[in-house]
Amino acid sequence: MRTGKALVTFFAALLILAGANAGFAADTIKVGILHSLSGTMAISETTLKDTMLMLIDEQNKKGGLLGKKLEAVVVDPASNWPLFAEKAKELLGKDKVAAVFGCWTSVSRKSVLPVFEEMNGLLFYPVQYEGEESSKNVFYTGAAPNQQAIPAVDYLMNDLGVKRWVLAGTDYVYPRTTNKILEAYLKAKGVKEADIMINYTPFGHSDWQSIVSDIKKFGSEGKKTAVVSTINGDANVPFYKELGNQGVSAEDIPVVAFSVGEEELSGVDAKPLVGHLAAWNYFMSVDTPENDEFIQAWHNYIKDEKRVTNDPMEAHYIGFNMWVKAVEKAGTTDPDAVGKAIIGVTVPNLTGGYSAMMPNHHITKPVLIGEIQADGQFETVWQTKGLVVGDAWSDFLPGSKDIIADWRAPLTCGNYNVTTAKCSGQNF
Amino acid sequence: MAPPFQNIPGRPRALRLSGPNTPEKFMTSQYENKSGLFRIALLALFLVLALAAKADAAPANALEKLKNNDISEREAAVEMLVNDPSPVAAEVLKALMDGDLYVLKKENQLVIAKKDGKDYAVSDPLEGRELGSVKKRDLRKVGSNNAMRGMIRAVLGKLDLASPDPAARRAAAGEMISHLDQMDSAFLNERLNAEDDALVREKLEAALAVKTLSEGAGKEARAAVKTLAGNLNPEVRRALTKLKDETQNPGLKAAITKVLGNIQSKVEFFSFLETLFFGLSMGSVLVLAAIGLAITFGVMGVINMAHGELIMLGAYATYVIQQQMPGHIGLSLFVAIPAAFLVSGLTGILIERLIIRFLYGRPLETLLATFGVSLVLQQAVRSIFSPLNRSVATPEWMSGSLAVNPVFSLTWNRMYIIVFCVLVFAALFAVLSKTRLGLEVRAVSQNRAMARAMGTRAALVDALTFGLGAGIAGVAGVALSQLTNVGPNLGQAYIIDSFMVVVFGGVGNLWGTMVAGLSLGVINKVLEPVSGAVLAKILVLVFIILFIQKRPTGLFPQKGRAVEG
Repeated sequence: MRTGKALVTFFAALLILAGANAGFAADTIKVGILHSLSGTMAISETTLKDTMLMLIDEQNKKGGLLGKKLEAVVVDPASNWPLFAEKAKELLGKDKVAAVFGCWTSVSRKSVLPVFEEMNGLLFYPVQYEGEESSKNVFYTGAAPNQQAIPAVDYLMNDLGVKRWVLAGTDYVYPRTTNKILEAYLKAKGVKEADIMINYTPFGHSDWQSIVSDIKKFGSEGKKTAVVSTINGDANVPFYKELGNQGVSAEDIPVVAFSVGEEELSGVDAKPLVGHLAAWNYFMSVDTPENDEFIQAWHNYIKDEKRVTNDPMEAHYIGFNMWVKAVEKAGTTDPDAVGKAIIGVTVPNLTGGYSAMMPNHHITKPVLIGEIQADGQFETVWQTKGLVVGDAWSDFLPGSKDIIADWRAPLTCGNYNVTTAKCSGQNF
Repeated sequence: MAPPFQNIPGRPRALRLSGPNTPEKFMTSQYENKSGLFRIALLALFLVLALAAKADAAPANALEKLKNNDISEREAAVEMLVNDPSPVAAEVLKALMDGDLYVLKKENQLVIAKKDGKDYAVSDPLEGRELGSVKKRDLRKVGSNNAMRGMIRAVLGKLDLASPDPAARRAAAGEMISHLDQMDSAFLNERLNAEDDALVREKLEAALAVKTLSEGAGKEARAAVKTLAGNLNPEVRRALTKLKDETQNPGLKAAITKVLGNIQSKVEFFSFLETLFFGLSMGSVLVLAAIGLAITFGVMGVINMAHGELIMLGAYATYVIQQQMPGHIGLSLFVAIPAAFLVSGLTGILIERLIIRFLYGRPLETLLATFGVSLVLQQAVRSIFSPLNRSVATPEWMSGSLAVNPVFSLTWNRMYIIVFCVLVFAALFAVLSKTRLGLEVRAVSQNRAMARAMGTRAALVDALTFGLGAGIAGVAGVALSQLTNVGPNLGQAYIIDSFMVVVFGGVGNLWGTMVAGLSLGVINKVLEPVSGAVLAKILVLVFIILFIQKRPTGLFPQKGRAVEG
């Protein structure tokens, strides 16, 4: 009898222990990852999902956060914009994630924005974008136009002496807005209307013959000509191929691109592209100990030495570390507390400096211009002296000149008009 | 296996200008406790070495600068090397141009590294000595920028103008007119006197004439304008226009205006030809993409939404074949053509046997089912090959262009694709009109019941016809792999265009597909410069909608199962 009782007690204790264990296991901090793993955008976004898993994995090895383990919740919005909003709702409502890292295209960000504002979640957005937005719930770790496009144009104008400009882009919101800003900027610098050629092409455009031929003609007027390209992903390969085939070399007419990075070049025979430029805040070729370590960690995690790293990956690296630091500072994962704590948080970036979260929810970054080399890597040819603060509202657009964003008290506004001294009240 | 790098003796220390073993240190450490005579001998040796080092100083100093991380330092180094006649300088510049110049991270030594299997075989540029092989991680690449490459190219171009090989001289002469500011008239005259190749002479004379024009409107300018008559080079046009605006001499002005007008009408003519070529090449891509659909949709009446994915499979087959045959890029393309035909054709037969044959006569269900198949194929490719685009290399003979004159050149890849399109069309036409299979295909599509009554195995013919159409789509994929991205979304970009071409041409007619594809290509390219690429595409679609309203059966209507159904 006694042994029987002891056995019962033992099992009861075991049960309690198991229960406690289960309870402990459930007590993790969940991190949402909202990147397309299928569909058109999978090409770019899958890598970011892997990057996040790696970062979370590393943080857990360091002992997690606030004494708890981090748990990644991966969902697949399948490159479908409305599905992004649904998945975001699922992450915030059902999974109760503490923060979400995700989105690539601007339209996907716009689609999830109301969800994050309504359910008070935190979104870290890692891609360069057109600006004109600052939400209480979104942290923009990619470049704003003044952290990519404007410095690139400055470089072309001052260092290469470019006088004639082709602004070529894919026909959607990011290139249209960026080109509008650039056009205003160029005109402010005294470039004449006749020296600017603007051209838009549909998504996935593959027949570049006449456009390249036009660019060639435009560039044969004797003034140094450059192409500022906001051409999106897939259309780039046939564009550069056509440039190469028609004999337009980077020495004659350089193309500076804002959407071509190491990842895009890894699917291309890079020889015809050598010498063309790209503006980013990070290149895999940057020679710093932090970057070496990051690349090593990435190769170990993905188990493929050939995989490259790129700018949006660095943005996630910075964003994730900022969030970790802010949570530690706030002592909680509560979105409001973290949102308050994260402003001013400074973490190392991979190019040998530090990035800080600014009150407008954009971060400080260096701007690098690189020339494509035959191995698909970039050679940094120019870089800003210090860090550039991301500007949510462009100073070169008539509508947004007077608007500033400051999420600290007392302003607490994403679009405060300094001339009328009013916060427009819009949520974005 | 080469021995590890550390065990290999380096070059003589006296030549080494940096690092812990500078010559002074080497010398002082050896001086002590030596006899006077030996000291003198050592001193003499040192002097000799120092002299040797001095003779080599210019490139050595530049080579030192090349190791610098700061790109402006490297630019300065290239500038020094460009003016250095030594063979070392030439070799280093060439290596830099080819991207073979590296720095050994640990030793901080400049080396030329060539890829050797997984590792890199390194050699010392100063002595050309092999230093064994190292891992990529031990090397830091010395990058170049446009300014550096421009300087190197200009030097090589100048050297090429004096090359004994006439082909090299011709190529250099073609480039010359765009770097005229780096050459003086004396140099050009000297080359002109030494030159015997007529083409090169002509270019040199034109270059000299442009030089004369830029120097002012003297008597020589008249002669120069005469020399330049009919020259289509944009530099020439610019120089002429500039002089026309500047000159006060009415006679000269009139002469230039006449020459310029002449040039302008020539330029316009060639620009028309260029548009036509662009249109035809775009059209041939459309025809290639659509021709398989002309069989499956046109002849069989199956709305095959997975047609684009069959093209994609062909492109991936090209990629796989190319991976299997490294070093034979050109040959791999020829092997890829039958391989892509088989892969896509077999997939097509599988789709027909497993899905479509149950759905004949139910176009809506076929549409949905094949749309599902297209998604499955896309995701399958994504899972197998990763969602990233794959890189298919283009052979040398398909890159670049044939320059007819400075304003009109034909790109090789486009020309090959036009030829390829015609060949595929001819082959398909021959199969359909000359072979037994073709006869049966036509019989089944025109009157199924009658064909069966005559003993044709309609089910087998259906499968083979679908396989043929799918296989042709795969062959189109080989061509597209040379023009655009090879990725899971490749097919989607072409499916709409393919249907457009087949419907416009008239369902069930191969000639219709050909004519429709080419004319849509030309229409698109004529519109594009005026309206922009986005609007051109819309206008073409509007045009087709209107056309189909008027003539629902397309350009060349034909009887077939689709008509009866």
